[in-house]
Amino acid sequence: MGVIMLDFIIYALIAGISVAIVAGPLGAFVVWRRMAYFGDTLAHSALLGIALGILFDINLSLAVVLCCVALALGLVAMQRQHWIATDTLLGIMAHSALSLGLVAISLLDNVRIDLQAYLFGDLLAITPEDLKWILLGGIAVLAAIYWLWKPLLAITINEELAQVEGIQVARYRLALMLLIAMVIAGAMKLVGVLLITSLLIMPAAAARRISATPEQMAIFASMLGSIAVVGGIALSWFADTPAGPSVVVCALLIFLLIFFAPRARA
Amino acid sequence: MSNPDLARLDSVSLRFGNKSVLNNVNLPLHNDCITTLIGPNGAGKSSLVKVLLGLVKPTEGSVWTKPGLRIGYMPQKIQIDRTLPLSVKRFLQIPYGYKLDDIEAALASVGATQLIDYSIHDLSGGEMQRTLLARALLRNPDLLVLDEPVQGVDINGQTELYRLITDIRKERQCGVLMISHDLHLVMSSTDHVVCLNKHICCSGHPEAVSADPAYIELFGASHASTLALYNHHHNHSHDMHGNVVEGDCCGGDHA
Repeated sequence: MGVIMLDFIIYALIAGISVAIVAGPLGAFVVWRRMAYFGDTLAHSALLGIALGILFDINLSLAVVLCCVALALGLVAMQRQHWIATDTLLGIMAHSALSLGLVAISLLDNVRIDLQAYLFGDLLAITPEDLKWILLGGIAVLAAIYWLWKPLLAITINEELAQVEGIQVARYRLALMLLIAMVIAGAMKLVGVLLITSLLIMPAAAARRISATPEQMAIFASMLGSIAVVGGIALSWFADTPAGPSVVVCALLIFLLIFFAPRARA
Repeated sequence: MSNPDLARLDSVSLRFGNKSVLNNVNLPLHNDCITTLIGPNGAGKSSLVKVLLGLVKPTEGSVWTKPGLRIGYMPQKIQIDRTLPLSVKRFLQIPYGYKLDDIEAALASVGATQLIDYSIHDLSGGEMQRTLLARALLRNPDLLVLDEPVQGVDINGQTELYRLITDIRKERQCGVLMISHDLHLVMSSTDHVVCLNKHICCSGHPEAVSADPAYIELFGASHASTLALYNHHHNHSHDMHGNVVEGDCCGGDHA
């Protein structure tokens, strides 16, 4: 029993650190481009992806990614109309997706689902199969970020300028959404759909104060996120607290520590 | 011809829904020539530039650009979120990774060498405009497109920026298209003025335009009289929405 539990903790740690490393640079983009609410909307739709995945019997991580991407594309299409502002639209989509997911899951009466685990994360939910997907997906996302880094920075600085300078803005914006969707799928089991965005924005926001370049901010965000994940898992393990909120509380402590630390003088 | 076309708008019209933004605009752009676009707020100046840059598709008409044309664009203003730590050097490097020598040369040509290690968030209005101009120059452009290049700059700085633009054009013999809403300030630094109010009201040499009835109609006689004193009958006028309500648009050169 003890040995099996230890296995799960190691899975959770590896999965959590992998997700945090990937979430660092993506979280920086979410902060720079003011996409926090957008990220939240995507995360809320993850639960709908789970329900649909069970319904159609496909890989759940894949179902979540597909659902997030469909929502992101729907949002882009909806933004073309001008009678509802984007934040209202995001609010409608976030809560509709979450509610649709909850309703759909309650209708799947032949499967038992630990809803609490999906909403707030579960330390023991990561299976070796999940871990394999998280590691493969994580490496793919990191490689993509490395490859797309300069154009992504360019469209973040100014989309029109980037477009005039010959960068396919729409393509890179879509790529960024896809990468965020993949991180959400990876982080979902550990921290839960309601709290995923905090893993993106809190380490990045904390890293801002100690960074002088975009690259530094991305790397520091990965490091701070990893510390928060390890701290959160430890807290969850020893105090039997829910995994997601424990990670977020650790991220908050790191953020506050850096925010109120006296500034080093050069 | 010594001034071959760099780019041309052919009968360009632009509408957003029922709102007409540009109406049948023809505009050729030549190298070694500064063209200034003037007009009141909402006249479609920025929209015209966006059509030229390919950022907005015209509803009717077409845009022709010389094959391989390199455009250096200086937007009206850019807002970079303060959470993005970015030095002037990095801002100029992204995304094409220009060499440090080139970056220093570009900054030197806009008189802003000292800014290289500054954070982009600490720049004043004038410093930001110079940095944006340096970025446009780094592309070694055939055509510089400047949307209100002196916005947020004090009067002395404005004169200096216009002088700088004149120098750059003289040195590089590139074409320049800039937007301004003050003809007086750009008088001495422009070769060709286009007065826009959804359609081209008049165009030509700055002195001629400032005396043109269509210009006086748009900007008021007192504004124009300090420059030129002759006057004649308007051949058309504008309603509240800037549409021509009588007569025909002069369109061509008055010069």
